[in-house]
Amino acid sequence: LTERQANLFVCSRLIPHVVANIHVVVVGSTEIRMAALLQLPGYEEERLQRVAEQLPCREVQTGMLLSLMGQPHQYSYPSIFIYGHRASGKSHVMHVLLKELELPHATVSCVECVSVALLFEQVLLSFFGCDAASLLPRSASLSDFVRIYRQQCSQSPAKQTRYIVMEKAELLRDTDANLLPALLRLQELVEDNVTIILLSEIVWDKFRPNTGCFEPLLLHFPDYSKGELQKILSQDRPPSYSDEFYSSYINILLGVFYSVCRDLRELRHLAALNFSKFCEPLEEGKVKETDTHKLWRNIEPHLKKAMQTVYLREVSSVQWEQMQQMEEKENGALRGLSAHTHVELPYYSKFLLIAAYLASYNPARTDKRFFLKHHGKIKKTNFLKKNEKTSNHLLGPKPFPLDRLLAIFYSVVDSRVAPTASIFSQISSLVTLQLLTQVSHDDQLDAPKYKCAVSMDFICAISRTVNFEIVKYLYDFL
Amino acid sequence: MSTSSVSKGCFVFKPSAKKKKTLSLADYFIHGCEGAENSEKRFKLCQDLWDQIKTDTEVLQDELNRNILDSLLDFTRKCSTTRQHSDWASQMRASEIPTAALVLGVNVPDHDMTFQSLSDLLQQSVTPHVASVQAKECGALKHLMKRVLERLMGKAVTVDDEEEEEAEQTSAPLHKSVHCSLSTLCDWYNTKTKKSNTGTPGKKRSSPVRDGPQQPPVVIIFKDLEAFNPRVLQDFILICSRYIERLPLMFIFGIATSPSTIQHMLPHSVSSLLCIELFQSLSCTQHLATVIDKLILTKQFPFKLNGKVMQVLISIFLYHDFSVRKFIKGIQLALLEHFHSQPLSVLCCKKKDALLNVMQLDHLDLERIRDLLSFKRYLEKQEPQEQVDLLKDDTHLKEVCQKLIKDLHKYHKNYYPILRCLHTLTSSLPRYPLGKQIRELHLICLEKNVWESEDYQSAMKLLKMLAKDELIALLQRCAEILQPAKSKKIKSALVQLEDIIAKFKQLDTVAAEPPPTVEDSITSPLKHLQKKTDLAQLQKTLLEMNESRRSKKLSPFEVLRNEALEFIDSLVKSHLSPPESQILNEVCYYASSATVRRHLNATPRTSIQAALNSPFYYLQNDRLKTEDGTVSNAAPDICIVYKLHLECGRLINLYDWLEAYATVVSAAEGNDPDSDNFGKVDEVKHARFIRAVSELEFLGFIKSTKQKTDHVARLTWGGC
Repeated sequence: LTERQANLFVCSRLIPHVVANIHVVVVGSTEIRMAALLQLPGYEEERLQRVAEQLPCREVQTGMLLSLMGQPHQYSYPSIFIYGHRASGKSHVMHVLLKELELPHATVSCVECVSVALLFEQVLLSFFGCDAASLLPRSASLSDFVRIYRQQCSQSPAKQTRYIVMEKAELLRDTDANLLPALLRLQELVEDNVTIILLSEIVWDKFRPNTGCFEPLLLHFPDYSKGELQKILSQDRPPSYSDEFYSSYINILLGVFYSVCRDLRELRHLAALNFSKFCEPLEEGKVKETDTHKLWRNIEPHLKKAMQTVYLREVSSVQWEQMQQMEEKENGALRGLSAHTHVELPYYSKFLLIAAYLASYNPARTDKRFFLKHHGKIKKTNFLKKNEKTSNHLLGPKPFPLDRLLAIFYSVVDSRVAPTASIFSQISSLVTLQLLTQVSHDDQLDAPKYKCAVSMDFICAISRTVNFEIVKYLYDFL
Repeated sequence: MSTSSVSKGCFVFKPSAKKKKTLSLADYFIHGCEGAENSEKRFKLCQDLWDQIKTDTEVLQDELNRNILDSLLDFTRKCSTTRQHSDWASQMRASEIPTAALVLGVNVPDHDMTFQSLSDLLQQSVTPHVASVQAKECGALKHLMKRVLERLMGKAVTVDDEEEEEAEQTSAPLHKSVHCSLSTLCDWYNTKTKKSNTGTPGKKRSSPVRDGPQQPPVVIIFKDLEAFNPRVLQDFILICSRYIERLPLMFIFGIATSPSTIQHMLPHSVSSLLCIELFQSLSCTQHLATVIDKLILTKQFPFKLNGKVMQVLISIFLYHDFSVRKFIKGIQLALLEHFHSQPLSVLCCKKKDALLNVMQLDHLDLERIRDLLSFKRYLEKQEPQEQVDLLKDDTHLKEVCQKLIKDLHKYHKNYYPILRCLHTLTSSLPRYPLGKQIRELHLICLEKNVWESEDYQSAMKLLKMLAKDELIALLQRCAEILQPAKSKKIKSALVQLEDIIAKFKQLDTVAAEPPPTVEDSITSPLKHLQKKTDLAQLQKTLLEMNESRRSKKLSPFEVLRNEALEFIDSLVKSHLSPPESQILNEVCYYASSATVRRHLNATPRTSIQAALNSPFYYLQNDRLKTEDGTVSNAAPDICIVYKLHLECGRLINLYDWLEAYATVVSAAEGNDPDSDNFGKVDEVKHARFIRAVSELEFLGFIKSTKQKTDHVARLTWGGC
């Protein structure tokens, strides 16, 4: 007990010190700080060195984590919460640290844990082996887990701090209300030297339960700066090219893409995608490696094209190259996956979809005006209500009952259609194709409600194929 | 039934040993069959024909899918090999899951076959680890995971006996611990690959160069991507990407609409874990065109569909479902119905067999032939003596029938090549007067004499305007079509056609001679024009000019072109007459389009209304027979209630309804209309009424409403 209290004391002392560190780091040279930070007693120097090599541009965070962790045998702070955007190195840092320093740990992804039992099982499995995991009863509860943990822990007490890393911790909020508070003070519950590290993309404020809980230490991983991105990306150098060559390529790449995309993973994808194009003149022997300007002129148009599909991940590198070749022949616009939006539908399905679109975007009271032959006089002022006009498309599709869909369908389709079973089955297949969405619950058989889920462009293309002028029937465009 | 027991109680008696004989297919066919004498023979014919059609379509389907399946196989192979390479590009994408987006079109029921052959091919040539999942069995992540593990690991048990123990060992803990995770799969995969690497050393040494990759990929096929819950799919992909280093996973997405669905379903954080490649399959209309080409437009199958049935099948395809499988099912139905209902279908087989079968016809069948519409027409044209012979003499009729059957076969032999010729000539004309697809032309030809239609005339006019090189190209393609045909008429036609083509080609060499001078005749009226004239005069001269131009001498090319087109016209007229004009066409042509429509395109609503309006239609009870529009008061309660409700407005007063019902039912019971009790509501009537009303509510004709007490709302329009 005393040891833990002492440890907590140390931790609370540590925090201001760490914060002070950051300020120093930002100002001073990272290299020097890094060496100083990573000299922690209790760890082999060689290993710390390796860690430092593998974690470029994350020296501050690593150093802070290390100082939080303390020496292997010391008690650590019970829970640490690390947050930062995607691809800011959270998992990577944890993974490298724990692996290189050979600390006992369990890494669990919360996506994978469909049930809490799975989570418990994985933790026990990696700490105590499969015998312990098999002790868990079916549908284990938290108290089962704590009981078995204590039991195992008494047999093999921790010589070093044990770490439980939970990736995508935001999913923990959807599980039992007591799970997160319990995990945060697991150290007390199981009376073992264990630390929980939660990794998440969102801030702690969104986690805090209503009933309050033990506050973890918060640690933020900021986004990489342009220089840092350059440094990290340059590390993926292909073996057959020189360092300068590749980093000049990365420099060009970042120059084009940095304004639209700062996601490391996406940039890495783009780098891999376009590198072969960059090397082309080099391979043909036209340009020397050092002639950056010529290389830049060669690659620039390609990168500009790649801009259009950034984030879409539409093609693998092979198809990308094929497309670029095709394009050189045809000189057309670049077409990605999203360009293939044409969908072939049976004739009546097209009309059902058109009817659904009309039902979704026209107010029900205007149906009379559009679909009745002798609708009589409708006062224009009354018909065109001010606030309703032009707002339907901005507000998005509205739900409509099946009856209305069929009524509109029968009036827009030009031939007489028998109400056969296949007309109805077409509606449900449109729902499975996600062109319509069912709004009411699946169980509601009586008057189900739908929404139309296709865009204006899509429906215009569809109605063009059946010679139906949809714009004439849309209230917004009257 | 008795027992030896002395005590009272319930005893279970098992059914006696003699089991009900299970009926074979043939028994079902023969049961209720028209003309039972030769039904077995017909069943045999029908089955043989269907088997042939089935194998043919399967072969066809495989051929059509070959391209896309091959490219998919290449893709999986490439993925599994690049994974083992350590070059830079593949290392960069090592963390991505290779994914094939397979766009198949909206006819989802047809995809099953494609996926089946895909997974078969994958298992044969690339990897034994293939699992395909459907959306409906994977409502939650747990289920999806379970299905994938089951299919991957369970397969080993069934495929290889050797590995059964191994698989059992791994599957045992799987069952014990309820949670199945991908790490289980990883372990299983490792033991599996290790075993295949170290195991059977003797064999391996004998063939040191193994084609198969050391680490076969694990392929997961998502058959219907759109129907999956996006949440489930996202989570699954996230989990898989955690294991990608240990497990060579690969996805195949079956997409029905468009590839952009992937972006709709998966956020960037998930789709960035995939390395997507796109594959586009043949469109279903092309698919149908090939099926029609190989199945319908051929003399290979003696069974034919008439125009109306074809129209029904094609419109179901185009208007409703785009499903080729359903189209073939439709053909199967027509086939079955034809052999079932037409006793003379015994003659619907290969020519040789048909001639034999004619000789074996009995008197009854011959009478049936005499009743055939087409035969009667034939009869009227014969000499009186011949007519008597045909009607009285069975053996004479048989001989004539043989001749007629031969004629029918000849007709088919000539029909299809000429149809194709006409299609090649007209399919490239502007605005497609005779249809873009050959099936449209076929439908026209089935309906009526094609040469009498306006479209045909306009097509011929357009053909007369073709330039020389275009016309020669078309004619040459026609000649190619006629080439393989064996019949005498077609052969002579081919000779003539080649003759014409040769003449066209000669024109080039002869063309040097100067064209006849016609300028004088044209220029002279022009000179007249320059003088001052009034409007009437001008019109007259213009008309004259037109006349003179028309009557002007045709160039040799024009003469030859007209000759060619006349020749084509004569071919069409002699061979493309509709099948209805052929004698004994009823033997081969199935004509009942209403049956096909009723079976394939059901109308539940119409049936319900028919049942309620005229219960006699279904119940066949004479007491229910009524004149038009009325319902007998002895009809089932629901019919009476339905009929009464038709007389009401949008809201129905339940009490009035009950009174009216009681009156009708009392009349049915034969009560005296003047007595006091007549039309009184007693408990039984009340109960029957309530039941009928709730039945109507169940069928969706009325519903309860809160607008007015004791009223229900009608959900249909119209009525009396």
